[in-house]
Amino acid sequence: MTTITINGTQRTLDIDPDTPLLWVLRDELRLTGTKFGCGVAQCGACTVMLNGTPRRSCVTPVGMIEGADVTTIEGMAGREFDAIQAAWRALDVPQCGWCQSGQVMSATMLLQQLPAPSDQQIDEAMAGNACRCATYHRIRAAIHDAARTLEG
Amino acid sequence: MGLATSRRGFLRAASGLLVAVALPLKTRAQDAAAEAAVPAAPAVPPGAFIHVAPDDTVTVIVKHIEFGQGPLTGLATLVAEEMDADWSQMRGALAHADDALYANLAFGMQGTGGSTALGNSFLQMRGAGAAVRQMLVETAAEAWGVPPAEIAVARGRISHPSGRDSGFGAFAQAAAQRPVPAETPLKPPEHWVLIGTDLPKLDTAEKSDGRAQFTLDLYPEGVQVVVIERPRSFGATVKSWDDADARQVAGVRAIRQLPQGIAVYADSTFAALKARAALKVEWDLSAAETRTSQALMAEMTAAAREAGRTVEESGDLSGLDAPGVTLLQAEYSFPYLAHAPMETLDGVITLSDGRAEAWYGCQFPGLDRPAIARTLGLPVEAVTVHVMLAGGSFGRRAQGSAHFAIELAEVAKAGGNGSYKLMWTREDDIRGGYYRPMTVHRLRGAITPDGRIAAWENVIANQSIVAGTAMEMMMQDGLDPTAYEGSINLPWTFGGHRVAWRRVDGKVPVLWWRSVGSTHTTMATETFLDELLEAVGKDPVQGRLDLLRPDATRERAVIEAVRDLAGWQGSKQGDRGYGVAFAKSFGTYVAQIVEVESRDGQPHVTRAWCAVDCGIPVNPNIIRAQMEGGIGFGLGAILHSTITLGENGAVQEGNFDDYPTLRISEMPQVEVTIIRSDEAPTGVGEPGVPPIGPAVANAWRALTGQRTRALPMIQAGGVV
Ligand code: FES
Ligand code: FES
Repeated sequence: MTTITINGTQRTLDIDPDTPLLWVLRDELRLTGTKFGCGVAQCGACTVMLNGTPRRSCVTPVGMIEGADVTTIEGMAGREFDAIQAAWRALDVPQCGWCQSGQVMSATMLLQQLPAPSDQQIDEAMAGNACRCATYHRIRAAIHDAARTLEG
Repeated sequence: MGLATSRRGFLRAASGLLVAVALPLKTRAQDAAAEAAVPAAPAVPPGAFIHVAPDDTVTVIVKHIEFGQGPLTGLATLVAEEMDADWSQMRGALAHADDALYANLAFGMQGTGGSTALGNSFLQMRGAGAAVRQMLVETAAEAWGVPPAEIAVARGRISHPSGRDSGFGAFAQAAAQRPVPAETPLKPPEHWVLIGTDLPKLDTAEKSDGRAQFTLDLYPEGVQVVVIERPRSFGATVKSWDDADARQVAGVRAIRQLPQGIAVYADSTFAALKARAALKVEWDLSAAETRTSQALMAEMTAAAREAGRTVEESGDLSGLDAPGVTLLQAEYSFPYLAHAPMETLDGVITLSDGRAEAWYGCQFPGLDRPAIARTLGLPVEAVTVHVMLAGGSFGRRAQGSAHFAIELAEVAKAGGNGSYKLMWTREDDIRGGYYRPMTVHRLRGAITPDGRIAAWENVIANQSIVAGTAMEMMMQDGLDPTAYEGSINLPWTFGGHRVAWRRVDGKVPVLWWRSVGSTHTTMATETFLDELLEAVGKDPVQGRLDLLRPDATRERAVIEAVRDLAGWQGSKQGDRGYGVAFAKSFGTYVAQIVEVESRDGQPHVTRAWCAVDCGIPVNPNIIRAQMEGGIGFGLGAILHSTITLGENGAVQEGNFDDYPTLRISEMPQVEVTIIRSDEAPTGVGEPGVPPIGPAVANAWRALTGQRTRALPMIQAGGVV
């Protein structure tokens, strides 16, 4: 038995503790916004917030995070998330969309840490989030855009 | 705006169907496709494409798969324009598989590819929109007792000077009873209000907050997750297998041998993966490709040194051997490339007593649906294919072999009645073949003593993409145009030129990869052209302009536009190199300039400028996005990507750690300019890719003196 809090709700899961959090979210809880892209922490499509910081859920065995607080894209809220959502829509960032939950998670957590990141800080924070459609140009612009709205 | 892809939402909308899909079909679609290079007016009832709901929302049923290239928004724009709808009332949904309704007019069957989605739909979707508008107007006229000619429609409102005013929804039901007008005039371009504007994409919101539903997100009742253990060598077959350990894994339901390998059926993804890892399979390599990439490349290089079969020849080639000329020669080698779409291949299938229903990112429904039926021994009518949003394709889902559809059907066949979700892991994807073909170009160019390019010869060796597949009909007299497209019909004036193809058959499955032949032809021809221009002492931009045929006006316009956009000053400025390249692919003209610097001795692209002429720019926002994405996609490949066959022909790469993709830190600032045009619109999904590689290589040469003869550039031995 593993107990974790997911999007504010405590869940007790009777599951193989080796199961990556990604598949718990998807297969067990049907939180399908979190995506599979590589399974080896190379693409960021599966990024969730774990105790306030970004975590690749594909390499996080659920047995290792007993008691943790997990937020997926479905549970995200707050100023930074809203600003990111608005900027993503204004700039039409997504193409195929598959990587975008992970991009949005990383971008939101970046703004929570650094309200006005530089290009280089964006590149560093987002380097683990691959986008095969190469929407990077708009991701960078949208993060700046969101940062400007947060400034007021 | 929004996406109406959920089945429930779709059925709700169906209560207000404007024109039932059951309307008697005119069956001209196929003939029209065969007759017309320019797609004909709609032969399909507009109701197959447009649903108007009582709440005024208009859902456009889009016959092309959406994987980021924008047809959902593009086709909805065409309909909205002719209906005089307001953009905010528009929705998009993907059509199911049905060739009679949803054929690509450029193919004669349902399918997406070759950047044809917008072009083949341009008249068809506008025609459907105009017909529905007319039916609504006639209905309103009857209800209000006024002549139809007095009725105006604008921004989704139907109105009459008497003050009467209504949305579309109120008349939808009654309009559906009217006959479809035989002919409806289309708006002249000067009356367009939506076409040519930066409309926001219909699928952005759902793709930004995790709501968009893809194949992997479907969980039908009792679904079993299936993964397949496949051979590491192409063409290997199962010799023996032992599943004793795999069966011990909790949650495993069955393990079965399929023609494709050993399939594990389980209650969860993790159980399926864990059991697969515990399988012991011995493979029979007797029919397999066991050679290494090195050996295959040696074969390809030797083939390119032969004369090949001429595909284009003109003028006087004697310059190549004439005394006094300077002969430049170069060989370019291109590795296999995997597409690596962010969503790997996956599919859901439900089999129940003689009926099959499948959901996946199906790019060629016209081939896949019959393939599923054949595999399961069912009539085609017993198979339903729902086309899902897909996490990229880049060519990977456009399968002439229908291999994924067949595999999905095999999974259901071996499993029996039930629901199955077949998933490829990233390793399955990278090692799964269907690569951009390994290719060698051998180029020769002659320069006369007075500094003219007197002759040009290009011999290309590679494997045919279409030969031996259902796309064999694309072969022309034994030639596969996708093998050498982009090397012929060049706009440059050479004294004489010859292009030849040497076909080399092989066992590694190959496939079109975003921009197909032009992935390698443009790289070879545009870098070699730079070498010749350098040899005659010409600037790369001005030299190209000077070489253009006089009638190459659209080529000239994009090269001049990108020159001006970039403020071109020459190919080296301080510690920055600049390179230019041009390509026409899929009917679209693109020129790009890049700025490159050296970081730790490796090329780093800081800026890219792009000029594109794709005819009438229907949605400039999408065109810019596709140019940006094409640049990033092509750049990642030329910098990093190679698929390498090692011992026993096993692919060495397996995931993004050893098959790297472009990262945000490597993405240049991109500026795009779109040429104003009233030519018929052409595609944008692929044409952004071809010029980026040679532009970077040309800039790198200018900066460092190094030539790029082999790819990728960032790899020991890649830059010579
Ligand atoms: S799926 Fe977790 S990082 Fe790629
Ligand atoms: S939007 Fe397609 S992978 Fe990022």
